[in-house]
Amino acid sequence: MKFITRLWGSSLGKKYLMALSGIALWFFVIGHLLGNLQVFLGPDKINTYAAFLKSQPGLLWGARLGLLAMVALHVSSAISLTNLNRNARPQPYGHPRAPFGSSYASRTMMMSGLIVAAFIIYHLLHYTVQTPAVNLTGVDFSEYQEAVGTTTRHDVYRMIIIGFRHPLVSLFYIVAVGLLSLHLSHGLSSMFQSLGITRWSKTGRDCLARTAGLITFVGYASIPVAVLLGLGKEVVK
Amino acid sequence: MKVRLKVWRQSNPGTPGAFEEHETPDINPNMSFLEMLDVVNEDLASKGQEPIAFDHDCREGICGTCSLVIDGKPHGPHQGVATCQTYMRSFSDGDMITVEPFRAAPFPIIRDLVVDRKAFDRIMQAGGFISVRTGNAPDANAIPVPKIAADLAMDAAQCIGCGACVAACKNASAMLFVSAKVSHLGLLPQGQPERQRRVLAMVEAMDKEGFGACTVTGSCEAVCPKEISLDFISRMNRDYGRSLLQGEPGRKAGASDEA
Repeated sequence: MKFITRLWGSSLGKKYLMALSGIALWFFVIGHLLGNLQVFLGPDKINTYAAFLKSQPGLLWGARLGLLAMVALHVSSAISLTNLNRNARPQPYGHPRAPFGSSYASRTMMMSGLIVAAFIIYHLLHYTVQTPAVNLTGVDFSEYQEAVGTTTRHDVYRMIIIGFRHPLVSLFYIVAVGLLSLHLSHGLSSMFQSLGITRWSKTGRDCLARTAGLITFVGYASIPVAVLLGLGKEVVK
Repeated sequence: MKVRLKVWRQSNPGTPGAFEEHETPDINPNMSFLEMLDVVNEDLASKGQEPIAFDHDCREGICGTCSLVIDGKPHGPHQGVATCQTYMRSFSDGDMITVEPFRAAPFPIIRDLVVDRKAFDRIMQAGGFISVRTGNAPDANAIPVPKIAADLAMDAAQCIGCGACVAACKNASAMLFVSAKVSHLGLLPQGQPERQRRVLAMVEAMDKEGFGACTVTGSCEAVCPKEISLDFISRMNRDYGRSLLQGEPGRKAGASDEA
């Protein structure tokens, strides 16, 4: 019992939960990116991939519920730790200097995290739930079907292309993945620190985290940018 | 040279404080920051005003008593230097210098720039010690200590417990202090018997005092007058995690927690 109270009840324990749920979410970010990048391989590849995921409801819902649990853990420990941190300094300094030696990303983790969370809700409504009201095109994405032999499957390729052709939608997406990579550039490095992994130097860990953040940004942002520059215009009119 | 001070004045813990501006009398650029405050206080006393209360003791950077947040940075503009060894030549004639007390809920203000740092003592009492057999002095070097462990332990032992890490951290976290003490004792053979109990007890005491958590901003390391490394926090995190998983040594698995 003391294990649980010490894990959730201590500042260090909550940082472990923060780091462990962060790793799980990071793995999803990478997996999702690899899946998405198939859009560059043409309609057939990504639609086959999407149909494959849909054909495995057990795995799909297992992963979704697992991710939801990780998000819940990550957010609840963040809120709890932020409260602890705010209460620890009730009176701020009079001098306006930012905390000496701290990076911008490290000071804005809560804000970047909250904006990314808001984006994720929008993103789920946009492409997963496919609520027509939020995609700004007035079309119901679930109506996009592609005929394969005697059956039909969801035309995910068409949904992505049409979805990102709207500049506002693409802009929000690019800003959000930008903030996600800022969040990762600090979060990934801190994860090693929180879990007590000192295998690599602090500079090395920071460098690794920044590179990973940058790759995430370039990878994700490349899709809306490519669509705005004309990706898929031969296939999707 | 002369400088202008924007200094926090607060007559006691209960009454709200405010900034007050003072111009210093003519000062020697080679005075330390604390000597400058001495001169200002003599001037204030001669005018019949209340002198500015501030903490100081050894004035040679080893006791950890002096504090002050100078222009938003604990211990002033330099790296690896305490307030007592910050000299007025680091400022320019006519500068406006903001001087504030360390700000953290567990460090309540006693008066002006003096804060109560007994929270650190309570953390030390919880586990910052080793148990030794008293009696005749043991043979020197009877216990072999690996060179790497000795060096690292000495780096951690540099901590003078001034609290600048707490003052600088945006979360008012005491992790750098606690991790230095945990690592200092935990690295040496003499500290092994109580290693697991120590880290659990000291972290618990730290949380009880109301210090914030670490968000790895690195501010503490950047302002530490003894340049204690952030790596010690990582080491403490690992020790705590291991102790959490192992439980206290010598206890039977599943034995009641209260035993």
